[in-house]
Amino acid sequence: MLDLFLNAIAAGILLGGFYAAMTVGLTISFGQLDIVNIAHPAFIVLGSFCTFVLHEHAGLDPLLAGVLLAPAFFCIGIGVYSVYYGSFERRGDESLRGLAFFFGIMFILEVLLIMTFGVDYRLVETSYIGESIKIGVIGLPFRMLVPFLAALAMAGGIYLYLSKTFTGRAILAVAQDRLALQLMGADPVRTKQIAFGIGLGTAAVAGSLLIMLGPVEPSVGRLYIGRIFAIVVLGGMGSIGGTIVAAIILGVVESMVATFYGPSWSPAVAFGFLLMTLAIRPSGLFGR
Amino acid sequence: MQCFSGTRRWALKLAAAAFAGTLAFAAPAQAEKPIKIGFSMALTGGLAAAGKAALIAMEIWKDDVNAAGGLLGRQVEFVYYDDQTNPSTVPGIYTKLLTLDNVDLVVSGYATNMIAPAMPIVMSRKMVFMSLFGLAVNEKFNYPNYFQIMPAGPNPLTDWSKGFFDIAAAQNPKPTTVALVGADAEFARNALIGARENAAKAGFKIVYDKTYPPPTADFSPIVRAIQAENPDVVFVASYPPDSAGMVRAINEVGLKTKLLGGGMVGLQFAALMGKLGPSLNGIVNYDFWVPEPTLKFDGVEAFLKKYQEKAPAAGVDPLGYYLPPYAYAYLQVLGDAVKAVGSTDQQKLADYIRSHTHKTVVGDVSFAPNGEWATPRALMVQFQGINDSGLEQFTKAGARVVLWPEQWKSGTLKYPYAQ
Repeated sequence: MLDLFLNAIAAGILLGGFYAAMTVGLTISFGQLDIVNIAHPAFIVLGSFCTFVLHEHAGLDPLLAGVLLAPAFFCIGIGVYSVYYGSFERRGDESLRGLAFFFGIMFILEVLLIMTFGVDYRLVETSYIGESIKIGVIGLPFRMLVPFLAALAMAGGIYLYLSKTFTGRAILAVAQDRLALQLMGADPVRTKQIAFGIGLGTAAVAGSLLIMLGPVEPSVGRLYIGRIFAIVVLGGMGSIGGTIVAAIILGVVESMVATFYGPSWSPAVAFGFLLMTLAIRPSGLFGR
Repeated sequence: MQCFSGTRRWALKLAAAAFAGTLAFAAPAQAEKPIKIGFSMALTGGLAAAGKAALIAMEIWKDDVNAAGGLLGRQVEFVYYDDQTNPSTVPGIYTKLLTLDNVDLVVSGYATNMIAPAMPIVMSRKMVFMSLFGLAVNEKFNYPNYFQIMPAGPNPLTDWSKGFFDIAAAQNPKPTTVALVGADAEFARNALIGARENAAKAGFKIVYDKTYPPPTADFSPIVRAIQAENPDVVFVASYPPDSAGMVRAINEVGLKTKLLGGGMVGLQFAALMGKLGPSLNGIVNYDFWVPEPTLKFDGVEAFLKKYQEKAPAAGVDPLGYYLPPYAYAYLQVLGDAVKAVGSTDQQKLADYIRSHTHKTVVGDVSFAPNGEWATPRALMVQFQGINDSGLEQFTKAGARVVLWPEQWKSGTLKYPYAQ
């Protein structure tokens, strides 16, 4: 019984790491920049398919492929934000029309993936997928451990960038006081471009982790929309640390419920936990 | 006046000749009007991988039939719409097919969730409805003109998993405990209902019986919870992404059981089989066609050759063993009935299909009164000797040996699974 309990906790923490990797980009775009990027999961799936191509045709490790893809996704992010800013945000139309814009991007990405890759499931196989390490009674599959460590590294890097660099601090400031940021000599549009680009850059890495976990098809991203937005809200809308903690809490709750009560209850219990937290602390765990 | 009259006579003759000419041309044009077959198909969304593969198979049948002169001397034409794997689109599609497109025949899309919503429309027009992989759809409708091509058998809920539990019960010493796990979705829930009944009939004690929600990213907590109950037999009813996640988690955790598998959708698809490779060894799972010597029906290999040439361009399953032969066969049944009856009279077609055995690429097919196969042929196959991720090995006999039904058996069970 103790084995089962410890393994459930460990599996939940690893699962939470994976959720954090999927969410951290949205924490920046939605939490910090107030951009309802509902297409974020679709970009993650795009990252999965690009990873698949690099893995199949160039023999690259999926995670390495994800890291190499991140700069390209960063540039796509800058482009997407520029269109979004020019078409909606500058005119103050961003709330509803912006949402429609990202819905549109989501559908376009799905259709492009279907047209390019077809609709079959894709997955990758590496030497460490399927293997696990044992620490005492706890088994840690590499398929989950690698995403967990990658998520921690990515979130840690972003946290350091945001807190230690001028541009990073500007990103944190831009959502709060745009005018003050301009007075400090930083261009708010440029700052948001970079921030949105970083958010999409993380989608490339998250995509490589998603396809490492299991098979991916073009519309699989939709299934994760609710979960990752919930993590951003639970984490406190824009807090990187909060995102990690919220994702791990959600992962552990899901894992414990799946182990001891029944997996079909795990989303209900996890979202029930989210509602309870928001009732007690409306700004989320780490919100200000 | 006379001149005018003569001109008029000449004009009348000309008009009469033109009218007669029109009739003369109209008659063959009427005879050559194509036979239109209408259907919805999942070409986008979650079922699109199978839907597109089915469509390729159907196009191959159409080309074969048209090359041989068509049906009743008329060419066959398809009218189809993408149902987007969304059941709510299906009633509208079939209403349009039958009222605006005026199709002569209808067949179903793929699969259970897309077939059920079409039933009321099709039934109201008393059309023959050939159905592609619907699990127990007619159980509630009891529609006499419904014919389903998936070989689940006349009691699909229980026949589906009967083979798995028959194999388990035949082992010595007989296993005693069973775990049931499946997705929170229509097919898996139906499969679990049948599995519960079969487990009870075989005298097994159910020690774990749970469902999981889509998407489940990590199956290891579920596998550990199952292992904690130490079941002899584990029956899994899962969809493709879950099947892959489950197989990986089972291998990572090192599940110790004697018989594993049953209703795992996706382990029949080349993309998953190739990537999961050796981790599939020992799993006993349902299938409908595998390249074993006992299943070499007339025409199936020629069909698969044509399919495999077209599949890569469409990005669908490159082997096409699972669904495509049946998508070809359900049209074969309908086409042969049209030829035999000599018309598209729906009642005559239904009577013919019900009362005859049909030769198809998936073997001889005859239907029970509820429209399901009269004799179940949901095969139970075991993955054996899978060495790597190469697809080539799955095209040869021996990689997925047929264990059940006895008539089609091509090898022996490697038991227990944990070894």
